[in-house]
Amino acid sequence: MTVLANRPTKLVDHFALGLNAPICLTWELTYACNLACVHCLSSSGRRDPHELSTAECKAVVDELERMQVFYVNIGGGEPTVRPDFWELLDYAIDHHVGVKFSTNGVKLDTVAARRLGATDYVDVQISVDGASADVNDAVRGGGSFGTAIRAMENLAAAGVTGFKISVVVTRHNAGQLDEFKRLADRYGAQLRLTRLRPSGRGADVWADLHPTALQQRELYQWLVAHGEQVLTGDSFFHLSGLGDPLPGLNLCGAGRVVCLIDPIGDVYACPFAIHEQFLAGNVRSPGGFPSVWRDSELFASLRKPDSGGTCSSCSMFDACRGGCMAAKFFTGLPLDGPDPECVQGYGEAGLAASEASARPVPTGDHSHRGPVRGQPAGAVPVALLTRRPDRACDENPLAGTPLSS
Amino acid sequence: MTAADNGAAGFDSSAAYQLHRQAELRDEAFGALAYHFGTRRLSFLKAPILVEVVRALGASISVDEAVERCAVPESQRTAILQALAGLAGSQMIERRVTESRVTRPRAWSEPAEGVSL
Repeated sequence: MTVLANRPTKLVDHFALGLNAPICLTWELTYACNLACVHCLSSSGRRDPHELSTAECKAVVDELERMQVFYVNIGGGEPTVRPDFWELLDYAIDHHVGVKFSTNGVKLDTVAARRLGATDYVDVQISVDGASADVNDAVRGGGSFGTAIRAMENLAAAGVTGFKISVVVTRHNAGQLDEFKRLADRYGAQLRLTRLRPSGRGADVWADLHPTALQQRELYQWLVAHGEQVLTGDSFFHLSGLGDPLPGLNLCGAGRVVCLIDPIGDVYACPFAIHEQFLAGNVRSPGGFPSVWRDSELFASLRKPDSGGTCSSCSMFDACRGGCMAAKFFTGLPLDGPDPECVQGYGEAGLAASEASARPVPTGDHSHRGPVRGQPAGAVPVALLTRRPDRACDENPLAGTPLSS
Repeated sequence: MTAADNGAAGFDSSAAYQLHRQAELRDEAFGALAYHFGTRRLSFLKAPILVEVVRALGASISVDEAVERCAVPESQRTAILQALAGLAGSQMIERRVTESRVTRPRAWSEPAEGVSL
């Protein structure tokens, strides 16, 4: 009898029924962001006028404390641009909710770094998507690599080690894995690699940026070689069909162990699934977040045993379990079929047949509408021309009109 | 050898233990989820009887007494003690000392084993 499970594959059956509270809760505090990354999973840029207030955020923390959600992954947008960011950070920690927050580093000056150095139960994740300025800035915008490096230097100078350097693996940086590792080692940091999803603005660039099949195999071998030194946010379980499973739970946790609270309190099944089909409720409704987590019909359906659909006849199904729900959804593939990056190649036929026009459009677009300093070329205009406004009052007579300079 | 290995190797069921001061348990249908705020490690206690024993540790003079008190069936004793040794190894439970000084180690590192997300 196994009474203590450190082998995640044994847990899948338990998780199918859902847990009393999420293990891995992402909370995006704001859609506001100083950057305009081409692959932003939440199409961030502008603050939403209906953003949760400080008091509402604290009420959510109180609920998380009662549910014993041990930690939250805070992101955005750029969470540190909220004026009450530090206040909310302290409030969460004081209420036994640990915080891991993702940032592009824009607010991590020497004062903030010293403050973090003196705070327990906070992990910082600095995002870079290239190990060099040219590769990074092409995706995240001019100057963003320098901003991130300065933040790392400030953290290191304040004695903060073990912070995370978080990288979305793309076709352009997949050859820089050793360089990323060296960058992390230089600052006593830990490297975290995650998967590019076709979510948010990522849908616009996924076809060009997602790693090639060869790069996926090399990435898998690299991850196996580095084991638990490198974190992955459990995001590469679709690669498990290449051999032994990678460290982590190796399952799609959407609505079962994972969910997202967005800046206006909407609760989605996963951070990569901001679409009304995966909207479970809102924390402002009666019963708040606990009620959404426990009672939502969407989550109940996600917690039903998964038949595996067309993948169930594949010999690798037990390893990858069909891959990522959001990746399938936003590339127009059926949810009970193979992942678009299926290592057996079964996703490719579906992708070729999938009509771009039939692909779901993410709910809500908070992308900047005007130019952003240093923005990656081409990113925002594409979003402007292809998206419907997220609400009628956002429609502007000039929306979609190319700006003449 | 890591600190975690030392914990497991040094596990002594005749000694007094407690849930680690930086760890918490959350009940789940399968048993409980344990989280260590220092190491950021998650462990899954997949048997309700194990959860009961862990909760009883703090009020027992030894691990053996806690096992006794929870009436762990003989057939499960070995598995439960192995699981407890594992929990000691991952610092979810710790030796209880009378003049305990509460320290809050920085512990930025992610779990060396178990689940790290």
